[in-house]
Amino acid sequence: MADVAAAITVATRPVERARPRRRGLVLRLAGNQRVVVGFAVLLLMFLVAIFAAQLAPYDPNAQTLTARLGPPDASHPFGSDQLGRDVLSRVIWGSRVSLGVGFSSVAITIVIGTAIGVAAGYRGGWVDSALMRFVDVFISIPVFMLLLTIVAIYGSNVPLLITFIGVSAFPGAARIVRAEVLSLMPREFIAASRVIGASPLRIMVRHLLPNLVPIIVVSATLRVGAAILTEAGLSYFGLGVPPPAPTWGGMVADGRTSLDVAWWVSTFPGVALLVVVIATNLVGDGLRDVFDPRRAHLT
Amino acid sequence: MIPLIIGISIVSYAIIILAPGDPAKLLADPEKMTAESYAAMRAELGLDDPGPVRYAKTMASLFTGDLRSFRTQQRVVDAIGERLPTTLALGTLAIVFGLVLGTLIGAVQAIKPYSRLDDLGTLLSLTGFSLPHFWFALMLVMLFGVRLHWLPSSGIRPVTSNSWNPLEMAPYLVMPTVVLGTGLLAYVARFMRSSMLEALAQDYVRTARSKGLREQAVVVRHVLRNSLLPIITIAGFLLPLLIGGAVVVEYVFALPGMGRLAVDAVFARDYPVILTITMFSGIAVMLGNLVADVLYAVADPRIRYG
Repeated sequence: MADVAAAITVATRPVERARPRRRGLVLRLAGNQRVVVGFAVLLLMFLVAIFAAQLAPYDPNAQTLTARLGPPDASHPFGSDQLGRDVLSRVIWGSRVSLGVGFSSVAITIVIGTAIGVAAGYRGGWVDSALMRFVDVFISIPVFMLLLTIVAIYGSNVPLLITFIGVSAFPGAARIVRAEVLSLMPREFIAASRVIGASPLRIMVRHLLPNLVPIIVVSATLRVGAAILTEAGLSYFGLGVPPPAPTWGGMVADGRTSLDVAWWVSTFPGVALLVVVIATNLVGDGLRDVFDPRRAHLT
Repeated sequence: MIPLIIGISIVSYAIIILAPGDPAKLLADPEKMTAESYAAMRAELGLDDPGPVRYAKTMASLFTGDLRSFRTQQRVVDAIGERLPTTLALGTLAIVFGLVLGTLIGAVQAIKPYSRLDDLGTLLSLTGFSLPHFWFALMLVMLFGVRLHWLPSSGIRPVTSNSWNPLEMAPYLVMPTVVLGTGLLAYVARFMRSSMLEALAQDYVRTARSKGLREQAVVVRHVLRNSLLPIITIAGFLLPLLIGGAVVVEYVFALPGMGRLAVDAVFARDYPVILTITMFSGIAVMLGNLVADVLYAVADPRIRYG
């Protein structure tokens, strides 16, 4: 009941109610170890991506043929690849693609998923059935194979990759949002706003959406890691951002043929990938703890 | 269920038919191609028919088994039939690996929550589903294949052999199983931990303890059995993960499975093969979900559908 009362208060006096709650949220987030650690790592990686030009010791595409497959040393801490390019500089520049594609594609996933989920959950009936059957079809087809085909056929550049990866993940997001909407629909504050004559659009945007924020934030964060891995996987197959642009997946693939003589070429970009994905998943897990303390002990 | 299959087939087909480029030009020998042979090729491939007719014809030939690969002219059903056993073997091994180790790790975590061991398990499963398959596979190859020479780095059996001798194949399947199984393990461990913590908080556990049962008996007889049940529900969710993973693992380890066939077909733009594999996997996932639902209802008499 307290929730309902609070929700009604939010609906009528948003400004007064929002402030103390937000302060509490920041404190709770700062008190969660996973969020803090994961967030710190992500922040660091974002700084690396933004200041790649300043941080990278060499041009990521400069080839030094005399330094081919050079082992890590003082001048090339991560060694150099089969074309004599500095692996550290390429790992630094590669962060742009991974973080950029990862985060932007999830934004697309969330927009589509939320729109479908809210429409299905709010309207119910045949709209719900139709939309969910549509979602079922896309949930059944294995995403990675679908993406391989699409990217191979339609080609790829960064905007296309973001769109393909973003759209391909929508079914999961739609299902989660719909389930949450269905659980909100019978609550009193929805009935209350209907009674005072609020339009469906107003109910969806002003009353449903704010209550969906926690679940959207958690699932979006957990999806970023998956999106980054998908992009890297496509790049590994040579179907991601076209070369010579440095991508972590593509760099791991570059080292494939020289595993016996140059372990560093494949190893370092993969470690970078693993660190970033672990960091986003840590933040996601931590956010779930904070937003959903009742179930926190279960995850 | 039938509508779902039709939906899957339409999506699989739409992706391909909307593709730019002319398959007839792709296939024909450009030096010998004349206007007549080009027209004949288009007619043979059915490219001049309107979209829905092409869809219906393609589906008909797919289900009668007449659909042929653009590239090898082999019947697609035969090509898949040849490759399927490898993928099934790999998938089964990975599922066993993931389920056994995953439930074990999850159970240990739940018995001693918030202990060092629990933290270790959490870290393990976090790493497990953050690991890029292709990189993990290469790292294993580098360590156990290239450096230590303990395990073969690629293929499914010695090149001299052609049989399905498990003893010969075992060393070849160790690394692919570990790579594919680790992703599953992570999900299963997580799910098992929460499912078991939930079971441990139930009244029947308190009853069992208060009537003086040993903790071991409580855990094994009451808690474990009840917390294993919900694992069935994630089986349907894990199947697409497994198929996507198999594509990567078969590619990296050069295993002659369906995933490898799919990748080769994608690179060669062999549309009939891509179409069939996409549909086949979609239907497999759908059936997997159905089986999971039925199994769950059988295992837990409280669940009743419709």
